[in-house]
Amino acid sequence: MTMMMDRLRSADRRPAPVAADGARGPLLTVDGLAKHYGARIGCTGVGFDLWPGEVLGIVGESGSGKTTLLKAIAGLVAPDAGSIRYDAGAGPVEVRALSEPERRRLMRTDWAFVHQNPRDGLRMGVSAGANVGERLMARGQRHYGRIRGAALDWLARVEIAGARLDDRPSAFSGGMQQRLQIARNLVSEPRLVFMDEPTGGLDVSVQARLLDLIRALVRELGLSAIVVTHDLAVVRLLADRLMVMKDGRVVEAGLTDQVLDDPAHAYTQLLVSSILQV
Amino acid sequence: MSGHENASGAAGAEAYNFAYLDEQTKRMIRRAILKAVAIPGYQVPFASREMPMPYGWGTGGVQVTAACLTAEDRLKVIDQGADDTTNAVSIRKFFERTAGVKTTEETEQATIIQTRHRIPEAPLAEGQIMVFQVPIPEPLRFLEPRETETRKMHALEEYGLMHVKLYEDISVHGHIATTYAYPVLVEGRYVMDPSPIPKFDNPKLDDSPALMLFGAGREQRIYALPPHTRVQSLDFEDHPFDRGHWDEDCALCGDAGSYLDEVITDDAGGRIFVCSDTAHCRARRQAGHAGAASAPYEEAGA
Ligand SMILES: Nc1ncnc2c1ncn2[C@@H]1O[C@H](COP(=O)(O)OP(=O)(O)O)[C@@H](O)[C@H]1O
Ligand SMILES: [Mg+2]
Repeated sequence: MTMMMDRLRSADRRPAPVAADGARGPLLTVDGLAKHYGARIGCTGVGFDLWPGEVLGIVGESGSGKTTLLKAIAGLVAPDAGSIRYDAGAGPVEVRALSEPERRRLMRTDWAFVHQNPRDGLRMGVSAGANVGERLMARGQRHYGRIRGAALDWLARVEIAGARLDDRPSAFSGGMQQRLQIARNLVSEPRLVFMDEPTGGLDVSVQARLLDLIRALVRELGLSAIVVTHDLAVVRLLADRLMVMKDGRVVEAGLTDQVLDDPAHAYTQLLVSSILQV
Repeated sequence: MSGHENASGAAGAEAYNFAYLDEQTKRMIRRAILKAVAIPGYQVPFASREMPMPYGWGTGGVQVTAACLTAEDRLKVIDQGADDTTNAVSIRKFFERTAGVKTTEETEQATIIQTRHRIPEAPLAEGQIMVFQVPIPEPLRFLEPRETETRKMHALEEYGLMHVKLYEDISVHGHIATTYAYPVLVEGRYVMDPSPIPKFDNPKLDDSPALMLFGAGREQRIYALPPHTRVQSLDFEDHPFDRGHWDEDCALCGDAGSYLDEVITDDAGGRIFVCSDTAHCRARRQAGHAGAASAPYEEAGA
């Protein structure tokens, strides 16, 4: 385990992008993170670095603690232990030590969370435009025409026809709802995006299109992202690096292609072989 | 008959405290009011009491009025701008009976005005208290039903949702279609629901010399605007707040600047517009003002 984490920390770290003002460290550093549900382990002892512009995939079977880990990092559930340091450019800040207003502000501006079920991440009672505009209004934008313009622009970027701007998400297909949720999150130009099974529950053809879209947006916007999935094809396409989870712990971590093509841990081998059989 | 009534009247007077509520309850409500005055626009929880009337009748407002009343007060009660509706009459009678205070229909004469849906047209003055009966005090309820969450949003000034609601209004109707309970920002800090008054009355909240108290009985909340508080109606830069207007003048008193109700005059589709503030309209007619339909209307009534 320790060896594995060392591997993640040093050998497999790709060169850190260097900012104009010189070297900069990881965007996010997680250490010893744990969340229990009573006596049951949600996740425990998780640590990793996420570098600016990097996409980290988290894979593992159902119940392995992926969602718990993602929510604990993003502050949607309170961790029991560990540290989460975030560096928005002015040096690392311990997110768990932030006041609640600061944490909430971070979460609705610099960070974004795309839920597995779009209904958890959308306001179903208001139009697509209002859903996309919410973060702008939360930031204090007070010009209806400009908010609407930004919403229209973002619908186009996630390939939703502008004519649907005033429709409620309940009238959208599952794939459209998921794309709307992504637009609603990215409109505030976050630096760090958390995605929990973003393509889960969608038809295969819809999944492929959404995956292409996410990949294009991540590249185009230079996003850093942590993507949880049980689908190895998703991480193969999206993730620079990979963490494999089992029973709430990270059992293997490394560059995506390395881990998938040459898995070291028996559990990863099983995971990879089962997907190859499909 | 009269002897019997006297006896029961005397018994009733002993059974009730001045203005119905016991002193401890009044103290508790006054404390909530003081706190509300100290934090303009903030909803202060209070232990609402059972009142001898249903919730829909404004028990929150009645409790606030009861806690404020003194023997020297002159009380005015209106509902939809009128002093003679069932709700207004019964609340006025309740305080005549339990507090023995003088009542009035003239805004200028009143020291306390309890209202459900309007702010009188006559300008309010220093020393006057407006008491609003509030059904739903939480302006964020529309989009966020969780009380724990709305409280947090107030605490952290997370009011983006209010504009989501207004955005939605414009995208559906082409303009901000909210006409009642139009949300306001108080002293640049708390977003507040001004109770179901029409948005036409919102500008009267801003910098008013009177003290404004809001009581929600079922929801157990009291909030306040102390005199001369800054109250802004929420809007967008390119869709500014508009209180609305009528193309008509009041058919009875000719007022071109008051809030009008539409009144159907016959079954052939005839209709006129008249002041919703009946005391205001009467005072204008007494002073010699007349509207298009005033002469025949008054003759018929006389
Ligand atoms: N709210 C919860 N209450 C109790 N146990 C939970 C809760 N959420 C998740 N768990 C448990 O924590 C473990 C990890 O779950 P989860 O993080 O949802 O895994 P994954 O996303 O990988 O499927 C599982 O054993 C699950 O049953
Ligand atoms: Mg999950």
